[in-house]
Amino acid sequence: MSNLKDFFGKKVKVINLGIPSFADDLKRQNVEVIHTDWRPPAGGNKKIQALLDKVETWQNKVNAAKGAK
Amino acid sequence: MVVSHLVKKQTYFDSVTLMLIGSQVKKLDGIENAVVGMCTDYNIDSLKRLDMYHPDFDSLTPNDLIIAIKGSDEKTAKAAIAEVETRLTSKKKSSESAQLVPTNQEAAAKQLADANMVLISVPGEYAAREARIALNAGRHAMLFSDNVSIEEELELKTLGTEKGLLVMGPDCGTAIINGVPLAFSNAVRSGNIGLVAASGTGLQEVTSTIHRLGCGITQAIGVGGRDLSEKIGGKMTIMATKALIEDPETKVIVLVSKPPAESVLKNLMSEIKNANKPVVIYFIGADPKLIEAQGFTAAKNLEDAAVQACKLSTGKSYEPEFSDAKIDEMSKKIKLPTGNLRGLYSGGTLCDEAQRILRTSLPEIYSNTPVKGCKDMKDVYKSEGNCIIDLGDDVFTRGKAHPMIDPDNRAQRMIQEISDKSVNMILFDVVLGYGSHTDMAGEMVEAINKGKKASGNNPVMAACICGTQDDMQGYSNQAAKLEDAGVIVFPTNVAMVKFAQKCLERK
Repeated sequence: MSNLKDFFGKKVKVINLGIPSFADDLKRQNVEVIHTDWRPPAGGNKKIQALLDKVETWQNKVNAAKGAK
Repeated sequence: MVVSHLVKKQTYFDSVTLMLIGSQVKKLDGIENAVVGMCTDYNIDSLKRLDMYHPDFDSLTPNDLIIAIKGSDEKTAKAAIAEVETRLTSKKKSSESAQLVPTNQEAAAKQLADANMVLISVPGEYAAREARIALNAGRHAMLFSDNVSIEEELELKTLGTEKGLLVMGPDCGTAIINGVPLAFSNAVRSGNIGLVAASGTGLQEVTSTIHRLGCGITQAIGVGGRDLSEKIGGKMTIMATKALIEDPETKVIVLVSKPPAESVLKNLMSEIKNANKPVVIYFIGADPKLIEAQGFTAAKNLEDAAVQACKLSTGKSYEPEFSDAKIDEMSKKIKLPTGNLRGLYSGGTLCDEAQRILRTSLPEIYSNTPVKGCKDMKDVYKSEGNCIIDLGDDVFTRGKAHPMIDPDNRAQRMIQEISDKSVNMILFDVVLGYGSHTDMAGEMVEAINKGKKASGNNPVMAACICGTQDDMQGYSNQAAKLEDAGVIVFPTNVAMVKFAQKCLERK
């Protein structure tokens, strides 16, 4: 576990998902930010989204196990 | 009246952008209604309710955009649709750079590989998923989104505390992390006061007041309104407060929240009891003795939390910007006729604070978000008696942007309240800063002038400005606009409400 206090003082770099003006405000302050043209995953189909999430969780577990070897 | 529509398949815009455009187009001549939104269940229900539904919408998905306009004739409605398209095109162009715009978090992380914070304002049903992705990749998360279940919040905060990562929210509107204001935050100088708050406007009010008093902050960490509930157990408040205790730059800590669940309060106190620095606590409505008994400083209200923190951070003496004597003098100039008071708030915590102070001065107060001792409004759209209303509450923001962003709802309500002959005084807040409207004072003044002209009524108008001179709107610029329109301006909500109290006592 990392400690939150170690994050204090570090440069904040932001991924913005959703309202574009939040990214615009950060850009105006010269904060490094990347705005995403976000849209609902899997075309908004919840069932497909849940399946894709399961596959990704499984993939992460496999990758973690490979890394542990 | 005719209804025209246009469907743009696989065209996604965030709800705030769409609601603002819908609101602007609704004001055009000959337009009765405009629904500009993604094909969500809520928007489909609204279209049916407004008699604007068309079978073309049957097979659409949440990735498809609907523009539906009810106008005086087809030509007018079609022209309004064209206007929406023009506005959308300009929004799209302004948000796109030459660089390829990523469409999801993973793609964004490839372009900004060392990103360490994800600001999430997507629809609530997708927000937890994005926060989970952020945390698993080692990034802190701020969830501006609401409508995230408490079970999901618990899961995310458990993961966050395991990894030492912030989960600010859900429904967290304000944070200033390492000097970077996120979402609705004010331009506040750096200093040595660290804050943790389960209230967005509470955090804005305290940080702005600290700035105006001449002090500054290290961190302002929002945790979301449910963090200190029994279910969440104050996970983020405890983690953030402990980090501030260990932070050498932070000399004083301020905690702001609604009263925590009893078991959570006990645990929080035990976790922070060995703090080697002063802790100022404002648990709204809680007994100060509970806090003082633990050796912490209890604040009486948001303004007092800022004053106490400044005192402890410098060892010097600080007083509220408007003293009680000054407020008393100001109230002597007012001859308040018999009538009703109305409060039109955009900030929920400020609305709550006003009710708590005024409930001792008024026999009955009605609100859409009543505190103990106040009553539920029968009809939230029509005030009766003394009413203090939170226009940022869900009931007013479904399908409409928050009143700090879009002044339209509150401007209409302002005109409505001024036109009510029984009203003798109107209180309202003007919240400045990032995320907020660029000229809220100007918008409110326009509504006040319209209301006064149409009705001939002239109630006492008072406003508090939550913000700083460094905010893009500029405190003094906004104050001057209000004062020119005859509005009495206060630097804090507490000062404004005390003024109202004095006027009522003198009546």
